Amino acid sequence: MELLLQYIVAGITYGTIYAIVAIGFNIIYNTTGIINFAQGEFVMLGGMTAFTLKEYMPLPVAIICAVVITMIIGALIEIVFIRWLHKPSVLRMIIITIGLSILIRETALHIWGEGVTALPYFTGTSVTSVNLGGVFISPQVFWAVGISSIVVILLGIFFNFTLLGKQMRACSANREAARLCGISTQNMVTFSFMLSAAIGALGGCIVSPITYISYDSGSQLAIKGFTVAILGGLGNSTAAVAAAMILGILESFSIWALPAAYKDVVSIAIMLIILFVKPSGLFGNAAAARLKEY
Amino acid sequence: MRKKGEGVMKFAQILATVMFMVVVFVSPVLAAKDTVKIGALLAVTGPASFLGAPEARSLEMLVEGINKKGGLKGKQIELIIKDTGASTEKAVSFAKQLIEEEKVLAIIGPSTSGETMGIKKIAEEGKTILLSCAAAEAIVNPVGKYVFKTPQKDSDAVIKILEQIKKMKLSKIGILSSNSGFGNAGKGQIEKLAAERGITIVSNEVYDKAASDLTGEVTKVKASGAETIINWSIEPAQAIVIKNARQIGFTGPIFQSHGFGNIKYVEAAGAAAEGVMFPAGRLLVVDTLPKNHPQKTVLANYKKDYETKFKPDAASTFGGHAFDAMLILQKGIEKANSLDKEAVRTAIEGLQGIVGTAGIFNFSATDHNGLTIDAFEMLTVKNGKFVALDQPEAKKAAPKKK
Repeated sequence: MELLLQYIVAGITYGTIYAIVAIGFNIIYNTTGIINFAQGEFVMLGGMTAFTLKEYMPLPVAIICAVVITMIIGALIEIVFIRWLHKPSVLRMIIITIGLSILIRETALHIWGEGVTALPYFTGTSVTSVNLGGVFISPQVFWAVGISSIVVILLGIFFNFTLLGKQMRACSANREAARLCGISTQNMVTFSFMLSAAIGALGGCIVSPITYISYDSGSQLAIKGFTVAILGGLGNSTAAVAAAMILGILESFSIWALPAAYKDVVSIAIMLIILFVKPSGLFGNAAAARLKEY
Repeated sequence: MRKKGEGVMKFAQILATVMFMVVVFVSPVLAAKDTVKIGALLAVTGPASFLGAPEARSLEMLVEGINKKGGLKGKQIELIIKDTGASTEKAVSFAKQLIEEEKVLAIIGPSTSGETMGIKKIAEEGKTILLSCAAAEAIVNPVGKYVFKTPQKDSDAVIKILEQIKKMKLSKIGILSSNSGFGNAGKGQIEKLAAERGITIVSNEVYDKAASDLTGEVTKVKASGAETIINWSIEPAQAIVIKNARQIGFTGPIFQSHGFGNIKYVEAAGAAAEGVMFPAGRLLVVDTLPKNHPQKTVLANYKKDYETKFKPDAASTFGGHAFDAMLILQKGIEKANSLDKEAVRTAIEGLQGIVGTAGIFNFSATDHNGLTIDAFEMLTVKNGKFVALDQPEAKKAAPKKK
């Protein structure tokens, strides 16, 4: 029984890491209808920047600064590479964002070198764990789960109850109509890049003690984050979190039942099945997905 | 999607830009006249960049030094470093390029065992000397005429660990290894050698080399009743393993491969790294070596040169493997007094008592590694520093972990 719970805890840890990346995918998708394949790079940038900054300032300040810096980078990327494109096709956006991810990765290699970095644990050290009736949980897992829950709730409020959030959603629903209503669609897109860069960077700081961050962590995280975003149904952040937990726990149990080497086989197989059987995702709405403009 | 043609043009432009950038980032090769060309296939980036990057730096440093002193037989060395990114496919195509187009005298590298095994045959067929910086014993067993390697054998590392486990009177081990050539080779060696020593493998798990959390894997090993864990990988995952194992309350000793010999892993793992044991060359504990140790001068000099030149990077045993490879090649050329591939190859086979960073090399026609198990020292981590396991008192004054 304890063992079972220990596997669930491991699954939740995996799930939280995936969820943080998936949320970033969803925000940009929601406003622009595109998948930003450089999302993993935002996570990496956040973790690496915070690691550098923490030499000069206390950890919480370093994390906030890293988030702000990554946000600015996100905005710059949108302004320089995306903004001037007129009605870009999906394929073109995919190529651009993949190109950007390579560019950011190589730049990071030049700045930080090839080493792995880890922020210190927010509470305790790398060996601290909380013992809940025989189940051991690292305090960082609580931080990760807590902060991502807060982020999801805040995002929900933002998109549903604030004017800016509603404007962003309007952009996603129908860009032409949104513009006719006086919404600056271009600014909304910039803003969505900033928001997802910020969330990615914050995620990078939270998971850095758990997974370590190096210049090439971004793409690995992006693959899992993308899987989860698809699994939950693109564009739905709450669904992404649920899907991330499902995938994380399934992966964790697959280790229990099968040799550990099959962990990724399980997750990729699940993604393929979902893509075949229910392309709109576990919680997605097929009709709503069809309305999206491509 | 108004104008299809326009989109395609833009797409082509972007693709061209990206490709241009890729070309620019790959280090340019300067052509020079009347030089001796030496190729290097190193995983400077990618998952094994911990090996490749210090290897490339060490090589550049050593070659610069040799060139300043007049080069090899009066010719300047032209070092051609290719970044394989730890991909066997890339290593294969670069190896062909180096042998067929560049016509190099010798190739140093690759950094990883998987890549080396991938190009072993190519080097043999191309009759080009290959000085691998990778650990797997399979590289030199069976012996390939042109293939040498400078790191200690992984089988010796495994024996060293198993002997230690026996000494500690433990008998049930759990193996964790990454799905890389290195992990796979080490796992095979442990499986083969454990049984002979009466040690039972109760759990044997392979994980993805890019894994970001391994709580599930270590939970399984702990549940199997393992008294100790041996982890075999070169990736950052090896630091994650020890951290997760301690978090879920595994209290037994943890052993790592010689791939753990990079202080960055210790820094990343923090408190979890304390007490981890692993076999390694003596570079990491050079400060505590007695003055009369035969390797002391070589190690101290390499460490000093590297750390002055590449501050704040700390010297690692891996960079030392490339240093040794170049050193052996240099000695071979000097001994052969020729730049002929065949003559140099024969000369290397006859080199004796070459003091390198990994140990003292004694090559023969049947031994293309030249090192014995004595090249390994059992190390452990104490207060965030590497110390020799047998003399943990020697470094009592070590500064506290920051």
